[in-house]
Amino acid sequence: MLGKGIIKGLAETARNFFGSFVSERRLTTVPYPDARQPLAENTRQFPFLVYDGDDWEQGLRCVACQICEKECPPQCIYIVKSKDKKPDYKGQMQFYPAVFDIDLAVCMSCQICVEVCPFESIKMDTEFELSTADRFGGLLFHKKQLAKPNAHYHRIHPTDAAASDAVLAAEKAKQEAKARAAAEAKAKAAAPAPVAPPPSAS
Amino acid sequence: MSIAAATNGKRHRLVPPPSPADGALGELLEISMGPQHPSTHGVFRMNLVLDGERVVKLKPVFGYLHRNHEKIAESMSYLGSMPYTDRLDYFCSLTNNWAYALAVEKLAGLQVPERAEYIRVITAELTRLQNHACLGGFLLQDMGASGTPLMYAFREREKILDLFEALTGARMMCNYMRFGGCRCDLPPGWREQAQRLVAEFPAFLDEFEALLNENEILMARTQGVGVLPASLAVNASISGPMLRASGVNYDIRKVDRYGIYDRFDFQVPLGEHGDVYDRYMVRILEMRESLKILRAALADLPEGPIMDPKARLRGFRPKPGEAYGRIEAPKGELGFYLISEGGPHPYRYRVRPPSFINLTILEDMCLGQLVADVVIILGSVDIVLGEVDR
Repeated sequence: MLGKGIIKGLAETARNFFGSFVSERRLTTVPYPDARQPLAENTRQFPFLVYDGDDWEQGLRCVACQICEKECPPQCIYIVKSKDKKPDYKGQMQFYPAVFDIDLAVCMSCQICVEVCPFESIKMDTEFELSTADRFGGLLFHKKQLAKPNAHYHRIHPTDAAASDAVLAAEKAKQEAKARAAAEAKAKAAAPAPVAPPPSAS
Repeated sequence: MSIAAATNGKRHRLVPPPSPADGALGELLEISMGPQHPSTHGVFRMNLVLDGERVVKLKPVFGYLHRNHEKIAESMSYLGSMPYTDRLDYFCSLTNNWAYALAVEKLAGLQVPERAEYIRVITAELTRLQNHACLGGFLLQDMGASGTPLMYAFREREKILDLFEALTGARMMCNYMRFGGCRCDLPPGWREQAQRLVAEFPAFLDEFEALLNENEILMARTQGVGVLPASLAVNASISGPMLRASGVNYDIRKVDRYGIYDRFDFQVPLGEHGDVYDRYMVRILEMRESLKILRAALADLPEGPIMDPKARLRGFRPKPGEAYGRIEAPKGELGFYLISEGGPHPYRYRVRPPSFINLTILEDMCLGQLVADVVIILGSVDIVLGEVDR
């Protein structure tokens, strides 16, 4: 019968329409600003800089090695290396970024800066409501806006943050062991050399 | 399973078939359709010459979305091009990743661990599911079924994108595969979630087929429209579901058996008539085959590493040589051709995009058809302008 297929299709639509009042499966949307879907743990939006401790400037992990600046595909990162040095988490003197800007209007959230960073210092944030009325520089984020505490990183990506802390702790332990070994060697060198046995009289 | 079996062999012909131009042309009208026309799926233009409602000549014009992808890639590290491949065919970023990774792996001689191969197959087949579901929706939208089928398809697509987000961090621009493996392992619970989706997906397919397959309007609009004969399809190097709808049994998953596709048992659905309806049905049937692959892959996903230990992220310089990696992307054969001179950048980087090459045949399919049919013929080609223009 002509039209049977159409009626069959309309019955399917009707089932969906009335089903949306009773079935969770057919009601799939969320009224956004009032209700939100939970974000997946891996979600990535834009990068931020991790700092340890309380002082964002002192605790910044970034050592301005500029690898991310070189590797960034759309080249949205701009770094100026400092002239002086500050101690990092291991107590080693390191350069720090005097300027660290990310143009979020250019950034394409590819996460390559995170992957190439050898210092666990740049990570992806999950904040996505960043729209601004200032179109000149409103999305150009400076060091201060980008710096976020390690606790924030632990809150948004707990698994990754724990792994990254473990990497840093291992580095630090390695450094301390090396320092201890160096100190022992130094102490050994400074101590008077053991007295050579007297030549046996013959 | 053949299309005739899936639809009980029903074929309707409500409108008379288009007659070939009989030589006695009336006054010709030249119109430009696009680039802002809603039916052109992006910024694509067709210069049409019409005799009344019949198409006498068609010239596709593209390049509005050209953004120099290949040239940019030649001045960028191999890794740096990976996120740009997401933006070629933005519906299927994971298959684009795979094709590019395959080419670089051939170039650098990297071995992908088994677990990573399984994850690649799973993500690629999920990509195929969502692409074909949306294609069905868009095609129906072009025919005037405004919204409903497309929204049903998007509802399912959202679930797949949720899986992608949990795995890769992004819904569309996944940037997930790396040379020699995958970027990160599956998060806990992902596999079960994917299995649940695969178990629920046939219900959606049944619903979608009940909604549309036997719809008389759909049949009248699509059957016998935009016929592409098999010989022409082969000569024009058409690939993917469009080629198979013309009855040519050619699927790179079966021909090349790249990755681990030789381990899965699946069939290649073929069309008989090469018209728009067969192209639509081939995709519907392909989704069922994809589900078979997904079920098997999710069931025997092995444990193990996901990266080749030889793979390097920074300072990656493959030895001089050339490589061509190709896969069966949802739209057809997607290939990446790379020449390395041993430096950090490829010397030559070329994409063989399926929808660009499938589009070259558009005029031959549209001659003698009505203007309204041009829209659905274009829809059945399944183009994404990000890939056509690159």
